[in-house]
Amino acid sequence: MISPEKCIGCRTCELICSFNRMEEFNPKQAAVSVFAYDEAAIAVPIMCMQCEDPSCMKVCPVGAIVRDEKDAVIIDIQKCIGCKMCISACPLGNITFSPTQKKLIKCDLCGGNPQCAEFCPSGAIQYKEATPANLNKKKKMGEKFKDLFGEVYEQC
Amino acid sequence: MLGFTGKLLRVNLTDKTIKKENLNLEDAKKYIGARGLGTKYFMNEVDPKVEPFSPDNKLIFMTGPLTGTLATSSGRYEVVAKAPLTGTIGASNSGGHFGPELKYAGYDGIIFEGKSEKPVYLYINDDEVEIRDAEHLWGKNVFETTDMLLEEVGDDARVACIGPGGEKLVLFATVMNDKHRAAGRSGLGAVMGSKNLKAVAVKGSKSVQVAKPKEFLEICKKSRKMLKDHPVTGGGLPTYGTEILVNILNQSGGLPTRNWKDGGIFEHADETSGETLTEKYLVRNKGCFGCNMGCGRVTRIPEGKFKSFGEGPEYEAGWSYGADCGVRNLEAICKANFICNELGIDPITMGSTIACAMEMYEKGILTREELGRDLPFGDDEGIVEFTRMTGLREGFGDKLAMGSYRMAESYGHPELSMSVKKQEMPAYDGRCLQGMGLEYATSNRGGCHVRGYLTSPEILGIPAKLDPLVTDEKAPWLKTFQDLTAVVDSAGICLFTTFGIGLPEISEMLRTAMGVDFTDEEVLQAGERIWNLEKLFNLEAGFTKDDDRLPDRLLKEPMPAGPAKGLVNQLDVMLKEYYEVRGWDENGIPTEEKLKELSIK
Repeated sequence: MISPEKCIGCRTCELICSFNRMEEFNPKQAAVSVFAYDEAAIAVPIMCMQCEDPSCMKVCPVGAIVRDEKDAVIIDIQKCIGCKMCISACPLGNITFSPTQKKLIKCDLCGGNPQCAEFCPSGAIQYKEATPANLNKKKKMGEKFKDLFGEVYEQC
Repeated sequence: MLGFTGKLLRVNLTDKTIKKENLNLEDAKKYIGARGLGTKYFMNEVDPKVEPFSPDNKLIFMTGPLTGTLATSSGRYEVVAKAPLTGTIGASNSGGHFGPELKYAGYDGIIFEGKSEKPVYLYINDDEVEIRDAEHLWGKNVFETTDMLLEEVGDDARVACIGPGGEKLVLFATVMNDKHRAAGRSGLGAVMGSKNLKAVAVKGSKSVQVAKPKEFLEICKKSRKMLKDHPVTGGGLPTYGTEILVNILNQSGGLPTRNWKDGGIFEHADETSGETLTEKYLVRNKGCFGCNMGCGRVTRIPEGKFKSFGEGPEYEAGWSYGADCGVRNLEAICKANFICNELGIDPITMGSTIACAMEMYEKGILTREELGRDLPFGDDEGIVEFTRMTGLREGFGDKLAMGSYRMAESYGHPELSMSVKKQEMPAYDGRCLQGMGLEYATSNRGGCHVRGYLTSPEILGIPAKLDPLVTDEKAPWLKTFQDLTAVVDSAGICLFTTFGIGLPEISEMLRTAMGVDFTDEEVLQAGERIWNLEKLFNLEAGFTKDDDRLPDRLLKEPMPAGPAKGLVNQLDVMLKEYYEVRGWDENGIPTEEKLKELSIK
């Protein structure tokens, strides 16, 4: 789950992601990217959202894209022929190709313990379902009502 | 040896040649990187007596072995040249994302030589490096320049540039990167301007490698956790930014007020504090590359005559425009600071120079006719207007552009400049913080707080509490802090990390990144080597013991009130001890034995 309003734009997620997959630091080879918009005062981390009905999986001609036991959509590199159709199919642009490593870059949730979430200093990237409860949207609406119409603050 | 890319760019702006050369790894081992290695290269190649604006002065951008890695707050790079404001070695570092990007393009640094006839910028995209025309960018401010360049070369690039301040050789112009981050002090942006070099735009797609990946990951994890768990780096800085210091210093009686003449307590301090900034104007926290503190402030003044949007202010800028100018209006302080970023000038020197002019106005040395307006202490419009005029060198701004020392001296009153080696001291009064007074007097780049931040033990009690009001133990503490700071700056990480981590963690990050087996003591000794090298530069440039001093106000005018009431700075006592601790002679000159011990000569 990503919460851009918390992101401080430090790109630590890009660092640890690239390091995890190649033991080198290279943001361009990370499966997560942070886009900062100075004028709007916001930075947005973008990564594979592990779709329920993944286009990449559907388009793969050799069945190399599968869902693992941790519910991550992963690429079986033994089967992958490098045709890059999945890159075209992903509507979010979250699969890229590493020209130096000659392989696809896609988030695999680090086997169930995503390091970007582990290292994120601000809680902008968290490893949990983006459920209404987690997003707290209902609660925020409730708080709005409280601020607008609440009359008595309890003293303690 | 890893951590480095192993390559440097040498760009001659006179004959427009670009060479790629191997990094001198022997020197890298001895001087680590960034500040230390940049200074070593500079001293190997440039005469310390060079005129700062001569084509013979070189301008070096240098990263460190930890820049661009998972190390704590690894976004930093250093800019090195002979400094126009001070005439000392100039070394200023900056965060953001530019430094790491340079390494990802495959270069540890860039050495600029000579001077271009016309405005140019350097474009780097991995192996493709070009000197390009920048006539269309000349005259544009930092934000305009950055946006135009991103439009031109693609928005995945990172830009370091100068604004009108650098172009017009304001003596305290900055090199700005990622719009809001500054290699801020001593006027290195003016050196860039003197070379007609408007900007560097860089894109990189390569990797930075470390020697022992597993061990490196472990120490980075540990260090990051220490920062997160520490009350300053995990609490105060993320919550309130560096402006949290306003109330702390004010309560300690060390917040210099009205050009340092009214002591260390500003009656309106709280109105200019980090708490007020957070409550009223903070939009969002912002972190530099790889930083888990995020002390950066994105701030907005939503309405009124100072309506504006930008980043900051940092504590020292908030102080220079606030307490030092007697201004209580935080909106004006924010606005003046934003203008510094846009025009590319240093807000510490700018605010302090205006404060000096305010005292000269109060004393009748400067008149309304000369200034073009009145300029009493507390003039919130004045700080904004004179900042703008200075960056553009309009009207009296042309005089302010020299900094407070030269400006006050031209009226026969250099004593009203609160500077050391012609650079303005920041926001800690040396009569209250005795150790900070010694730090200003001995700093290799003149009045500056980030060369040995004794505020940390004297006020914050980190790593141990020292009584700020006494001179005991300040000299040996300062030596250790100066040496460690040289290590931190040279490694390519942020100085603020040292609130939460220390020599053992930093040394381990360096060992595992570089693959060099030095001990903690050897790492700290590298810092001492760097400090002595800088000192040698200044001696060869003509500085003497007489320059290791403070303004008379700190030595002769006792503090009027507060915990330090009645005190002056006891520099003489501390300076003598300091030279001894450093292994220098009574004139502050490193002895032959010391230089041999440090294998400098």
